[in-house]
Parts: sequence; structure tokens; C-alpha cells
Amino acid sequence: MIPYNFEYTRAKSLSEAQAMLAKNPDAKLLAGGQTLIPTMKMRLANPSALIDISKLEELSFIRASGDTLTIGATTKHGMIAASADVKRMIPALAHMASHIGDPAVRAMGTIGGSLANNDPAADYPAAALALNATIKTTKREIKADDFFTGMFSTALEDGEIITEISFPKPDRGGYTKFCNPASRYPMAGVFVAQTKNGVRVGVTGAGPGVFRVEAMEAALAKNFTPDAVANIAVASDNLNSDIHATAEYRAHLVTVMAKRAVEHALAA
Amino acid sequence: MTTVSMTVNGKPVSADIEDRTLLVYFLRENLRLTGTHIGCDTSQCGACVVHVDGRAVKACSMFAVQAEGAEVTTIEGLAKDGKLHPVQEAFRENHGLQCGFCTPGMIMTAVDAIRRRGAMDRETIRHELEGNICRCTGYHNIVSSIEDASKKMSAA
Repeated sequence: MIPYNFEYTRAKSLSEAQAMLAKNPDAKLLAGGQTLIPTMKMRLANPSALIDISKLEELSFIRASGDTLTIGATTKHGMIAASADVKRMIPALAHMASHIGDPAVRAMGTIGGSLANNDPAADYPAAALALNATIKTTKREIKADDFFTGMFSTALEDGEIITEISFPKPDRGGYTKFCNPASRYPMAGVFVAQTKNGVRVGVTGAGPGVFRVEAMEAALAKNFTPDAVANIAVASDNLNSDIHATAEYRAHLVTVMAKRAVEHALAA
Repeated sequence: MTTVSMTVNGKPVSADIEDRTLLVYFLRENLRLTGTHIGCDTSQCGACVVHVDGRAVKACSMFAVQAEGAEVTTIEGLAKDGKLHPVQEAFRENHGLQCGFCTPGMIMTAVDAIRRRGAMDRETIRHELEGNICRCTGYHNIVSSIEDASKKMSAA
């Protein structure tokens, strides 16, 4: 499959990428390309220009400082999965990264690209939401609670580029997903994170966008065990229904995955 | 049109191509290296896996211009001086193929996995093969081949 033609430029710096984006609002940023390129091949996306930011060293790093883990936007999933700093600070995040796509996808795909795309079945949005991450851009800092605004939609404005993501170290974290056996995208994935300020639960794959489950968070804050969430069901009204699973089935999966995510957190 | 230059299997290559040319088409059609296969063309099957700067990637999900200046290795670049790579040898010994279509991608994926992980158990190998599909469903011997190669290469 051949995409429509476009003009490719490799940005030499973040400021050059910003200037190129400002000049051509129709241009798209190319990071890992593991979603964008297949989408362009299907001719569902048709940008006139691609600005490749994948080689910008300034955006590719993992930094542990005190109780904060900061990851550059173009850091690849495989690097996050293998990082000693990530494994030490937030092992559940390394575990999650090691189960995105497949090894070849993890060698290319980036955390910033995944967050900016906000695929309703992507893994990182659940982690960012549950871990109360802060997404830093060329313009401002955005809390995860304000960043994800719906299916494939974020608070990012035109020309705004994600530069890094900061994660406060949780006391415990766990992630479990139930994958579609063919696409391997989660039909429901749940990230739980326990901190001194309470518990946060982020759900991906089940609805049109990532969301939190406050009833589970309150129950887990009192009693951080799988049993605490065993009888808490999410409403199926706004969940996805397709040939792979009905909304009711996905709602059931959320509870099951939440239990297993807590087990995962307790086992770590 | 853009002039793209890279090193493929140790040889410098250069060509004028459209920016939209996928790496897999550049390898197969410009360079006539047809060992890299196009199975699904939707980044599911892994028949097109090659190494770019030492890492296994899907050549159908990357533009050739992204590999400007890179070192690329394809299945044709694995054997040295008429001697098969240990992973190729293990696939031969363990009958790790049926029709052979997926084999180049399986081998390139396995070489990268062994580089990162060393000797692997069968469960780890199956996790590493997540992105490679064998439509003959010949996974049993593929896993045996990689297990054998990973142990021999780690012992060497």
C-alpha cells in the first residue's frame, strides 16, 4: 500500500520543528510513525508534509530525580521497557511498555506519539492518567486529567509539541490488559496506582477514551486488595460495542482487569 | 524526489526516490533485495523485518528517507563468506520452516531478540515473536530453532 505523496524533512532541532509546523499547519510530526504510517498507507491521513522529530536527542531521555521520573517525548517503548530507572521507580510502567505491540513496533514507537494520538485502546494514556502524570509541551504543562479530551483527541493545540512526561513515583502500581487476540489491542486495560494522596484507576480500551473509575479509587484507598473492587461494576452505557465485544462484556472486563491490576501491584 | 543514501548489508547505496517510498519497497525494488517479504503490508505479520542501526523494525512501517545515513541489514546480509548465520543454521537443522515465506522476518526478529536477551526459554521466544505470523502455523519448530540458536550463540 502506498500513501499519498508528501514532503519529508528531518528536523535538526525542536525550534526548527516548531518553525516548520508554524509555516505549514497541514504538516504532521513524525516520531515513531507506528500509527501514523499505517494510517497514511490506508489513506486515512493525508498530510502534505512530515516533520521527522525522531532523531532529536533533546527529546529522547529517561531521567530519575528524587521521586519524579521524567521521560522525553521521543523515547521509544523498548527503551522504557528496558530502562533500569523505570524498573526501579515504576516497574508497572516498564512492564506495560514491554507489552505494547511487538518488539519491532517497540523499537520505533514513542511515548509522546502514543499520548498525542490518544488511541482509545492505547496503553500509555491509562498509565498517564492513573499515575497523575504531567505532560510538558513547547507551550505549557498539562495535567493528565486535562490532557485526554476524547477519542483521538487531546488538549494539544495546533503547533504544540509534547517535549516530556513526568510521572510521580507511586508507592505501588499495576497494569493488566485483556487483548483482542488478533489485533492485540486491549479490549480493556486497567492501570492502578497507589500514592500517599490516594489511589487512581485509569481504564483504556473499553470506552471512547481513557477514563478513571472513582468508585474503585475510593474502595482501594480504604482497602488495597483485589476484593475491594470485585463488586464494583462500571456502567456500560458509554463503553464501546463492536464485533469483538459488547459494551456489557467490556464493562465486566474492566472489573476483572482492575482486580488483576491490583494483584499485579501487590506482587511487585 | 529525494536522494537517499544508506548502508545496506555493508555496502553504501544511494537512489532518487519519492519521499513516500517505504523502506521495504526501496529494498525490494530499487536494490532488488527480495529476501525481505511483504506479507500483510499492514504491520501485522513481520515478514518485512530488517535491522536498522542494529534494531529489528518492520520495513513496511518506515519510509526509506527515515533510514537516511543508517546501517541496514537484510536477510541477504546475515550469511558471511558462504557460511550461514547461526540462526539460519538452526532453522535448517530444526526444520524451522514450512513454506518459507515468513522465514526472513522470523530470522531477523530472532537475531535481534538473541542480541537483547541471550539464551531464551520457549515462553520468552513466543513473546518475542508477537509481531511475526507464520500462516503455515509452523511455530513449534520455529520456536525450537530459536531456542537452539539462542543457547548455542550464548555458549559460544
